[in-house]
Amino acid sequence: MSETSASTILSVNNIEVIYNHVILVLKGVSLTVPEGGIVALLGANGAGKTTTLKAVSNLLHAERGDVTKGNIVFRGEEVQSLSPNDLVRRGCIQVMEGRHCFGHLTIEENLLTGAFTRRDGAAAIKASLEKVYTYFPRLRERRTSQAGYTSGGEQQMCAIGRALMSRPNMILLDEPSMGLAPQLVEEIFEIVKELNEKEGVSFLLAEQNTNIALRYATYGYILESGRIVLDGAAKALRENEDVKEFYLGVGGEGRKSFRNVKHYKRRKRWLA
Amino acid sequence: MAIFIETVLSGLMAGVMYALVALGFVLIFKASGIFNFAQGVMCLFAALTFAGIMEKTSVPWPIAFVLTVAVMVGVAWAVERFVLRHLVNQEPIILFMATIGLAYVLEGVGDIIWGSDVKVINIGLPSGAVDVLLDNFDIYLDKLEVFAALIAAVLVGFLAVFFQKTRIGRALRAVADDHQAALSVGISLQTIWVIVWSVAGFVALVAGIMWGAKSGVQFSLSLIALKALPVLILGGFTSIPGAIVGGLIIGVGEKLAEIYVGPMVGGAIENWFAYMLALAFLLFRPQGLFGEKIIERV
Repeated sequence: MSETSASTILSVNNIEVIYNHVILVLKGVSLTVPEGGIVALLGANGAGKTTTLKAVSNLLHAERGDVTKGNIVFRGEEVQSLSPNDLVRRGCIQVMEGRHCFGHLTIEENLLTGAFTRRDGAAAIKASLEKVYTYFPRLRERRTSQAGYTSGGEQQMCAIGRALMSRPNMILLDEPSMGLAPQLVEEIFEIVKELNEKEGVSFLLAEQNTNIALRYATYGYILESGRIVLDGAAKALRENEDVKEFYLGVGGEGRKSFRNVKHYKRRKRWLA
Repeated sequence: MAIFIETVLSGLMAGVMYALVALGFVLIFKASGIFNFAQGVMCLFAALTFAGIMEKTSVPWPIAFVLTVAVMVGVAWAVERFVLRHLVNQEPIILFMATIGLAYVLEGVGDIIWGSDVKVINIGLPSGAVDVLLDNFDIYLDKLEVFAALIAAVLVGFLAVFFQKTRIGRALRAVADDHQAALSVGISLQTIWVIVWSVAGFVALVAGIMWGAKSGVQFSLSLIALKALPVLILGGFTSIPGAIVGGLIIGVGEKLAEIYVGPMVGGAIENWFAYMLALAFLLFRPQGLFGEKIIERV
């Protein structure tokens, strides 16, 4: 990958994250997101995907996590010491895993909270609201329902729509497929693609569903216990034998006994 | 019949006073999920400061009022800076314990600055009986209590609009629902907490003045917070109208119980009736009359 160039919106350089001063979660993660790109961050449970995203959005601090080494550069500015609301103002917002809508607020109120940091007046916010409704017509139908009573898919749409209301340059999307039917997952990813193409929003997306993530992303990183073990263009990753075997569930040489899998030595690489 | 009406009316008025205190609790609970044990002491502290400023500087009361509001905003800021900021994302019980500590600190500071003798608040609030009722129907109703009711009504109207219609109000409710998500959309918890504690401080000041005018500013003022507890359980911790209705029910209930049931059991029901009522509510309707139901999707 090229070093921090003009077309890079986010670069994470060799960060180490420690929770509670003792638990080392990320052991030197580096990645870059190009302007207008969709980059997937893949890996199993506990690999450190969410931690990486939260390190970028600075939500780590609320969970007693700290970035102890390395730095994070968003649009040419080091951002580790900023608060989450500073980052949202600068155009980087996270959609958290598990949706986290405000259950007692209506869908519309949820969306409006996304515009909290904006200072450009009611008319502009209203226009953004309309735009969100055109991307997510379902939200318009449910605008007056309490978010807590809407379906999982609607909540995910609400969470993404809420993030859009801040007019971001970049969305950190954490596990959008969680707990959703395959059809809905497809629908959500289609919208992500559309937002990327039409609004120019860059995405860094953490996913367990490697298959769909690599179909929509342009580039992918694979995390394993706090380290990036593999990265490459999405297409190349899809073709990669290791990825096929470990993450896509199709073995390289047809059926294989699990006994052999156990002995298989994983090829790793560490990004410095 | 006159006795009955008089009892109900005086109960209603006492209820309004409870409701004023309960309002402060609801505000902080709604916006941060913290049960603020120090709310009663905040009433005491605000009233003490108000009375103290008037006593020492003899400025007219509106100026003293504004100064006291400024002091309460300062308190809110300090609470956020030195207590809440360090406890983000902790268990509610830990935050609750912190407010107990806060209660002692505020009480001590109030004592040190303004002394511990009973202060009188005399700012020309109406007092005495409402003559029309006393002359025509032989019913005694204190003007101060009627006035308190009016103030409470205005406050509630103002707060309801603030919570439902404004950007800040929406953010307050968002924070109450989900701290982390609120952080993630760029709502600054620090600002929100200073705002909500300031508003609660303001409400405490109003309640403190009303109670202070009624019975003098003294330590026992902080104990009315305990009466606010059953009010909250009845009305629901998250509902502003609930605090009002809960206050009224408790006020009327305890007065009626004292008059009509009291003689059967030897009196002094007034002191524990509210808690019995709260207990019954906890058994059958834990979220209170108007509290937000815990949303469960099936």
